[in-house]
Amino acid sequence: MAQIRIENVRKEFGAFTAVQSSTFTIEDGEFFMLLGPSGCGKTTTLRMMAGLELPTSGEIFIDGEEVGMKPARQRDIAFVFQMFALYPHLNVGKNISYPLISQGMAKLEAKKKVHEIAEILGITDILDKRVGGLSGGDRQRVALGRAIVRDPKAFFMDEPLGALDAEFREHMSEELRALHNRMNATTVYVTHDQLEAMQMGDKIVVMNHGVVEQFGAPQDIYDWPATKFVAQFIGSPPMNFLDFDASVSEGSTAVTLESASIEVPETREGASGAITLGVRPEHLSLDDSAAYRGRITATEYLGTTQIVTLDTANGELKVRMSSEEDARVGDQTGITFDPRTISLFNSDTGQALRSAANMEVLAYG
Amino acid sequence: MSFSVTEPTKGTKWFSGILVVIYAVITIVPLLWIIATGFKSPADSIAYPPVVFFEPTLEGYVNLFTDRTRATAEMLEEAGPPQTWYEEIARERGTVISGPSRYGERFLNSVIIGFGSTALCMVLGTAAAYAFSRFRVPLKDDLLFFILSTRMMPPIAVAIPIFLMFRNLGLNDTHLGMILLYTAVNLSLSVWLLKGFIDEIPMEYEEAALIDGYTRFQAFYKVVLPQAATGIASTAIFCLIFAWNEYAFAVLLTSGTAQTAPPFIPNIIGVNGKDWPAVAAGATLFLVPVMVFTVLLRKHLLRGITFGAVRK
Repeated sequence: MAQIRIENVRKEFGAFTAVQSSTFTIEDGEFFMLLGPSGCGKTTTLRMMAGLELPTSGEIFIDGEEVGMKPARQRDIAFVFQMFALYPHLNVGKNISYPLISQGMAKLEAKKKVHEIAEILGITDILDKRVGGLSGGDRQRVALGRAIVRDPKAFFMDEPLGALDAEFREHMSEELRALHNRMNATTVYVTHDQLEAMQMGDKIVVMNHGVVEQFGAPQDIYDWPATKFVAQFIGSPPMNFLDFDASVSEGSTAVTLESASIEVPETREGASGAITLGVRPEHLSLDDSAAYRGRITATEYLGTTQIVTLDTANGELKVRMSSEEDARVGDQTGITFDPRTISLFNSDTGQALRSAANMEVLAYG
Repeated sequence: MSFSVTEPTKGTKWFSGILVVIYAVITIVPLLWIIATGFKSPADSIAYPPVVFFEPTLEGYVNLFTDRTRATAEMLEEAGPPQTWYEEIARERGTVISGPSRYGERFLNSVIIGFGSTALCMVLGTAAAYAFSRFRVPLKDDLLFFILSTRMMPPIAVAIPIFLMFRNLGLNDTHLGMILLYTAVNLSLSVWLLKGFIDEIPMEYEEAALIDGYTRFQAFYKVVLPQAATGIASTAIFCLIFAWNEYAFAVLLTSGTAQTAPPFIPNIIGVNGKDWPAVAAGATLFLVPVMVFTVLLRKHLLRGITFGAVRK
């Protein structure tokens, strides 16, 4: 088990830069998510950590040792591939024991170990089967078995649930998390699914275009996104953005939109020009007496909640509220904002402005 | 009534069945004719109208494997009564066996050259295909096209330069020369075929092996090769069939020590000119190794070993 440190790691494929100078630390025993849209460099980052790609520059430390240029077999890590990559010419038991045999473990001992692992994963009954005929979930378990059998320093998983059915994915993600809690091994998990990342991760790195956008605990990232990209990528529906022109000075506690004053957490940074106000749908409510106005254009019924879409002078707003409340398409209504949860962004750079509320979170990433 | 788009109807089943039978008959009749001719007497073999039912004889095979001379009275006296069944067959034609023919040697040459070039071709082809498939090779596409282009003209078009090169290098009529030549001709095909097969093997297998503690070469050897077995087997069959059947270069470049069976067989001369039963016998035996090889590798030709291990 080990801490993993990534320092200024950069990867170029010819003229294309896949990862630009990433730096972050994964603490010992953490379930760590690399999150981002496809092509953002998350898989490349993971592959560099595993030794399947060599970084163009930068350093990778596993357990305090610099391994950036070392071949994968010398890093003592395990990798679970999205497509499982079970050896098709071997049966389940042999697939799991493969890494042990390669380390020169005696056959008998390896067999014992395989049984131990099969017990944990609940696959003792299929040890003699060929991998070809297995269900997706069993294949996934075998792939996990092959990873954990060796007691590596860290587990790397590249969208391990991506190839499973939605229903089963839920189940498997719980199983994975339980397995992690049991083994308490440092795990780095790549996914493009923000729900999966929020649900399973202790920490999340959000990447986009090869750049680390934010790094932190799921709740912090959700509440206090460092950039507009993060705000939009995480959450469903994503954070609402209202664009306006203003000059915000350090220490202000309200902004003015369409002559309506909206309270915001005390700013610690001033800005002027194009500014975006960001607010999560669940932090808005409809109140006919409120000064800020909008027109309801659509409602989506989701069971206990509903998503109401409003057209405002500064852009579209989605409000998540109880299904019991009344909302009719076409109505003009007022909107109130929960003042504690608002983020302000510089529209041009996409960066969040520092405020009393997000200072701590932003200092982290 | 259920109706399925993929399930053939009875009519199409019959139709396709009949087509297959017709095709099988067309291809197999000449083969059966050759095999039958091997057991005919010389007279039956050239009889017109052709005889389908005849009294089988091993004369063709005896003639194939032996050299005979016309027996004079004193020779017969000297040799005494025939000792063996094949001696007896030769005597019936008024000849005595003077020694073994060179068919055995030629056959062995074919085996050495055919299997030798196939093996070499597989080693080089697999290595090249793996490199083209996995590594960033500079000018990859151009190189691959160049390799393919060597196959665009009939090999015999360069017979004269090759003949001159072989003469200067002292490769004329040597096993090594023929192995190199057939390998060179087959290599382009095998690189292309094998590259296709290796491309289909997901990289993840090797990467998994690399992480599981193997070196790149071990990963290639232990993970890629077993999975490419299907491709290697079918490519090997193609290479072997070419090298085994090749006639033109064999006629041109071999005459003695390294002569293969194809140029030898048609030149088997019997008592009255061409000995067709012996030629047919030679051709029949010549079919056997390729058939055995194909049957042995048949199970590898069946796809499905890798099916399902990677979800696509």
